[in-house]
Amino acid sequence: MIIVGELINTSRKRIEKAVREQDAAFIQQIAKAQAEAGADYIDVNAGTFLEKEEAYLPWLVQTVQAAVALPCCLDSPNPAALNKAMSVHRGVPLINSISLETDRYDQMLPVITRAPCKLVALCMGQTAMPTTSQERVLAAEQLIDALVRVGIDLPDIFIDPLVQPVSVDTRMGTAALSAIGAIRERHPQVNIICGLSNISFGLPERRLINRYFLALALGKGLSAAILDPTDRAMSAALKTARMLLDQDEYCSDYIEAYEGGILSNT
Amino acid sequence: MTYKALSEAVIKGDVNQAKAETQKAADGGADPQHVLDDCLIAAMDVVGEKFAQGAMFVPQMLRSAKTMQACVAVLKPHFRGGGMTTKGKVILGTVKGDLHDIGKNLVAMMLEGAGFQIVDLGVDVAPEAFVKAVHEENGQVVGMSALLSTTMPAMAETVKALENAGKRKELKIMIGGAPVTAEYADRIGADSYAPDAGTAVTEAKKLLNAQ
Repeated sequence: MIIVGELINTSRKRIEKAVREQDAAFIQQIAKAQAEAGADYIDVNAGTFLEKEEAYLPWLVQTVQAAVALPCCLDSPNPAALNKAMSVHRGVPLINSISLETDRYDQMLPVITRAPCKLVALCMGQTAMPTTSQERVLAAEQLIDALVRVGIDLPDIFIDPLVQPVSVDTRMGTAALSAIGAIRERHPQVNIICGLSNISFGLPERRLINRYFLALALGKGLSAAILDPTDRAMSAALKTARMLLDQDEYCSDYIEAYEGGILSNT
Repeated sequence: MTYKALSEAVIKGDVNQAKAETQKAADGGADPQHVLDDCLIAAMDVVGEKFAQGAMFVPQMLRSAKTMQACVAVLKPHFRGGGMTTKGKVILGTVKGDLHDIGKNLVAMMLEGAGFQIVDLGVDVAPEAFVKAVHEENGQVVGMSALLSTTMPAMAETVKALENAGKRKELKIMIGGAPVTAEYADRIGADSYAPDAGTAVTEAKKLLNAQ
């Protein structure tokens, strides 16, 4: 299971302030907390700064990597910002994201072929958001096909089925879940990733919904998630689900979490 | 005259009850404009307020909005002559390069529920397409949505295109979407920023001085 720690995102007010004030210590503290909680990648997103994103994204990479020995997830649709961030990144970054939308794909191609990287590939259609499971599976097939052709290895492709809110259409949960199942069946080697917060938009007690969705998605073959690793209840759900899915030999992670006090009062 | 049962059915999203009550009112000779304004739209105002307070959630709001639409369909044949009076016409779309439509659709539903007429241009709407729609539809408000920081500049381009077409002065422009801020609205010369569907309604009313 691959965890991408989502907290360093300038759409969060405290992060936005820290980036604007170039408060490296604050950013590093958040990076360390996520690393200690089990993150495999630290997501960095400076999208709210628009033009200044090109300066802030590489600054975030350097700031984070000075504090933790982890690769970053470079979270931007902006090729110029990604290029600058990749230039200063140590190790192999996870780039978030590419999709089949014609302009976007063409603009991203030089970015993803210039240096080794892993890639989040969104199951977005060329002209519309996907609604059904079939549309997602079709987009996944096209993405995998295109990315393999430019030399990306299957395990370096992280398919994101695009989770949409159940509040708006109650079929959205099963649409994403059955897409995860179908993609997993066809491609045992690719990674399948998703963000967990979209599912609960527009509803109360969002974290509860997010946790259950994570467990259900893991059951379908999700292998990576963008989440807050410091959220104890989320970690508890993740560890419990993995144990139940035979992904935790001798239930050791689960028991370790119990001993670490992570499972109580969640 | 008030129609308490109808208002309550719309707020609850009980479509069968609401349609039956609307039919009853229409058959009883009620003024359809009165039923629309003082009952259906008033009920949706309550829904909007509750939603803004966090006392109602998106699925409930959608249910109420759909219920209201069904009631309007029942009411329509009863309008004679001038037809329905609306609060104004809003031209809506997700800007060029952006395919996200959930937020824009919620805004459309709530504005419709509040008594505005909506022209929904869909997603990936180029500045020229907004200009064309303004020419053809004679709308008073243009509402733009963007969910990506990379597509936000298309909002500024659209404002410029409307200026160049000589339409800016007669229009109010409202923008929204996850990465959009009030400051950005100011910067590109939009008239208003709406962070959610409920606010879009209050802002649209303010822009047109409608009740």
